[in-house]
Amino acid sequence: MKLIACIKQVPDTAEVKVDPKTHTLIRDGVPSILNPYDQFAIEECVRIKEEIGEGSISVITMGPPQARSALMRCLALGADEAILISDKAFAGSDTWATAYTLSLAIKKIGSFDIVFCGQQAIDGDTAQVGPELAQQLGIPQVTYIEKIEICNKHKLTIHKQTEDGYQILEAKLPVLLALLPPTSFQPEHPPMSSILKAKKKPFNVWDAKLWEAMNQNLV
Amino acid sequence: MDFNLTEQKKLFQKVIREFCEKELKPIAPKIDQEEYFPFDLYKKMGKMGLMGMTVPQKYGGAGIDKVSYMIALEEISRFCGSTGLTVEAHNTLGCGYIYEYGSEEQRKKYLPNYTNGEGFAALAITEPNAGSDVAALQTTAVLDKDEWVINGTKQFITSGDIAGVTIVMAKTDKDKAAKGISAILVEKDTKGFKIGQLEDKLGLRGSRTAELIFEDCRVPKENLLGEENKGFYGVMDTLDRGRTAVGAMSVGIARGALEDSLEYAQQRQQFGRPIGKFQAIRWMIADMATEVDAARLLVYRAAFLEDQKLPYSTEAAMAKLFASEIAMRATNKAIQIFGGYGYIREYPVERYFRDVKLCQIGEGTSEVQRIVISKRLGL
Repeated sequence: MKLIACIKQVPDTAEVKVDPKTHTLIRDGVPSILNPYDQFAIEECVRIKEEIGEGSISVITMGPPQARSALMRCLALGADEAILISDKAFAGSDTWATAYTLSLAIKKIGSFDIVFCGQQAIDGDTAQVGPELAQQLGIPQVTYIEKIEICNKHKLTIHKQTEDGYQILEAKLPVLLALLPPTSFQPEHPPMSSILKAKKKPFNVWDAKLWEAMNQNLV
Repeated sequence: MDFNLTEQKKLFQKVIREFCEKELKPIAPKIDQEEYFPFDLYKKMGKMGLMGMTVPQKYGGAGIDKVSYMIALEEISRFCGSTGLTVEAHNTLGCGYIYEYGSEEQRKKYLPNYTNGEGFAALAITEPNAGSDVAALQTTAVLDKDEWVINGTKQFITSGDIAGVTIVMAKTDKDKAAKGISAILVEKDTKGFKIGQLEDKLGLRGSRTAELIFEDCRVPKENLLGEENKGFYGVMDTLDRGRTAVGAMSVGIARGALEDSLEYAQQRQQFGRPIGKFQAIRWMIADMATEVDAARLLVYRAAFLEDQKLPYSTEAAMAKLFASEIAMRATNKAIQIFGGYGYIREYPVERYFRDVKLCQIGEGTSEVQRIVISKRLGL
């Protein structure tokens, strides 16, 4: 089974301070972290792969070269390969442009069964990239997922959070899932041996040149 | 020359810092005030690979390099000195000694059981009359057919009462000093091995410090660790490693003093402004920051040399000497900056001050470090 996880490196909003004079956010010196929603998504992705007992996980992000560290963390958490889409040409992308670029990366990877996303990122809070990515890929999407119950080659059963409880849904593959961690979620700390192994896993950097070629074929 | 940590080391640092902030920081006051020993925390640390950091993965360890080990010790000690010392003694003195000097059978027998956070390994050198003068130790081990018979008393042994296995340094040739010492593995509950007094300490109160008593304690001949009568060199070599590690511990505690002082100086208002606006406070904090940085670089250098398999004994002594001395100064300044609040238990800086004093004493006093350094300079 081919699993893909899309993640984002974000400023640690717990560390962001407000300038008392200008009332704007002081971003300088704020540490970057793996978006906590995405950490939940990647942990679920790894769990599903382990339960099925086969398959591979590709983790993708679009961002500056520094976003590499968030991908390394995903590799340490159990992803098999990482793809960093990085080019100045992508700077300032809005959610549509980001989703479009990610969709091209996924098409470049080839066939897949499930795309995992965090429900939203803690910096922008738009929750748009996942749904837009599903649209670009032409696959169904389920959002607000807190639990993946059964997963096999043909279908999966999931818990979708609602305002007054949750729905149990079934979905056919391929599908995009946007995950929202339950309040009890405690992020896992990868063991040191896994961090060592992460360095040996494939790490690809794709820039806009590859993109232009793909774009011409696809658009 | 590159002063930047590699991407991998930065990730180690980040993950361990997050782990410590979540799991260790909230219980650090309890560890100190109640002499609480968090067995569950050590199990979690075992899963993270923190209880066998430099032991190769084939023996159950994490297999990381020495610089990464120092990074981990700094992070742990920044939040809790007691935990820092327990982890340091277990990793360097216990597991480290077994890995470096153990036979393949001994490594396979002991290391997988002691790198998972379920059990502790201790090293017993110090005696009532043998502190800095290791060669003066009086505990004896006499071979009787296929067994070593151990007699004597060990003192100030970190984790000595809870260790599943203890490396006991004993005289195996009474007529010789340094050249008559051997290391022998003694397992918990061996007949003739008793736990004596548990020490009531100034600081690091959540680490265990025990007296160990051996009365005709018999262990199999094959429990000899390393070569007979060459234990002194093993101890000196292990203490070299330990010195860099205690340096890292000191840096961690000093960093705690610095970070807390910085935050306090920005918040505490006196005479209508934050006290950090006063030169007296600013200069103290500037000195603390400079010294913490310098100490960390010395620690990294000693660990780097060890990773490169180059001589590092003098550099390790320098790292421990400087780091422990500046850490003592930094924690002292932190109490001064906090004023009355620094003197009470509600704030952690008085704990840092009490904890760090041991770093100037344990695993070679500051005076012993100066002996090592000056000898290397030809004096």
